[in-house]
Amino acid sequence: MLTKRIIPCLDVRDGKVTKGVRFQNNVELGDPVEMAAAYSAGGCDELVFYDITASTECRPIDIGLVQAVARAIHIPFAVGGGITGLDDMSRVLAAGAEKISVNSLAVKTPAIIAEGARAFGSQCIVLGMDPVRANDPVRFPSGYEVTIRGFREHTGLDALAWAIKSQDLGAGEIVVNSVDADGTRDGYEINLTRLIATRVRIPVVASGGAGKPEHLVQVFTEGCADAAIIASMTHTGEYTIRRIKDSLAAAGIPVRKKW
Amino acid sequence: MIAIVNYKAGNLTSVQLAFDHLKVPCEITSDPARILAADRVVFPGVGSAGAAMQSIRALGLDETLRTVVQKGMPFLGICLGTQIIFDSLEEDGGVQGLGIIPGTVRRFMPDNPRDKVPQIGWNTVTWSRPHPLFEGIAKGSEFYFVHSYYPAPASGAVILGETEYAGVRFASVVGLNNLAATQFHPEKSGRIGLRLLENFCRWKPI
Repeated sequence: MLTKRIIPCLDVRDGKVTKGVRFQNNVELGDPVEMAAAYSAGGCDELVFYDITASTECRPIDIGLVQAVARAIHIPFAVGGGITGLDDMSRVLAAGAEKISVNSLAVKTPAIIAEGARAFGSQCIVLGMDPVRANDPVRFPSGYEVTIRGFREHTGLDALAWAIKSQDLGAGEIVVNSVDADGTRDGYEINLTRLIATRVRIPVVASGGAGKPEHLVQVFTEGCADAAIIASMTHTGEYTIRRIKDSLAAAGIPVRKKW
Repeated sequence: MIAIVNYKAGNLTSVQLAFDHLKVPCEITSDPARILAADRVVFPGVGSAGAAMQSIRALGLDETLRTVVQKGMPFLGICLGTQIIFDSLEEDGGVQGLGIIPGTVRRFMPDNPRDKVPQIGWNTVTWSRPHPLFEGIAKGSEFYFVHSYYPAPASGAVILGETEYAGVRFASVVGLNNLAATQFHPEKSGRIGLRLLENFCRWKPI
């Protein structure tokens, strides 16, 4: 049976893993390669790295770091942030990443999804989106608007319409990161996750708001997510991957238990 | 020396890094002479089947790969590489494979919309019979899959392992003499996947 994936997210800034709340007030947590190795040994199913300042500072992605991670772990990982086009994608994949996450770039240049899928296969192209609640049913029928550049810019795009469009363009997977829930540890935005997960044919990864194992149970059942991103709850050492998987298994959710 | 066959179908870095981790010498090559001179051959690949077969033919690798298998060299297919060793693939309006193992490669057609295509993630593999590749790996271990199509061998005799997804129980590992092939990615399947690759490096097919 296909298991539900648990994916720690490492936000990297100046070579260190950091974590903030709603994209603000980031604090340093550790070395990305060491954390990746520890997470892999601890039973995470996949990892995602966001070079969170690359996009806003117009810097290229840190390829040396991608290579170091690829040497340290032998499970899939995705890289996002600061991707400017096919050349960047090619470099990140050649460095050993499994997937590339595009977010701001895809909003500005949607064709990059199709070009990336054609060049490297859909399975390599992850659409990352940062939707925020929007009270304008005419412009945003789903109730959520897509934001970019770390919530610094509104796009006028409806979250569900954008998800479907990205799928049609060739995205292999969608990470739905709720701006409202990000870093709050109050639980995933279940309504948003379910809305998108039940309307697309490709896997949907829930992100933002995980604070305890029950939140993952909820997002896999009510939220219909195929995978879930976690950060603070395990970065701080409060929970282990094993503890989370035990809770999921107890709730009847299939998880990978041997690693 | 292990030859990792490069036919411009996806990223081979993680396969190379897995063998580096095992301290087994390997090289990524599309040179038929280098491939035939290797001790073992790994045939990976991701992406579109049609483009992959075109590239294989353009590089003259179709004959090379058949020769590798006929010569009895230990051969490991991975993901798209595994699919291409069959007769025909449903992808891209129908693609003719290498025909090394009789059978077809079919698309997942889930009745339940919750079963997403591609299948992405860790799924259980049940060994159908013992094989040197599985030594030291617990039955029912999970491996990492990324695929929209699955192998459907003509004969059950080649099935080494099975996996269930989207309403089908499919052959996730096949084998015939000196050939073994996985639909999953051992190079991305953590410690257990590395063990399978290590077993492949030690495998002495009869």
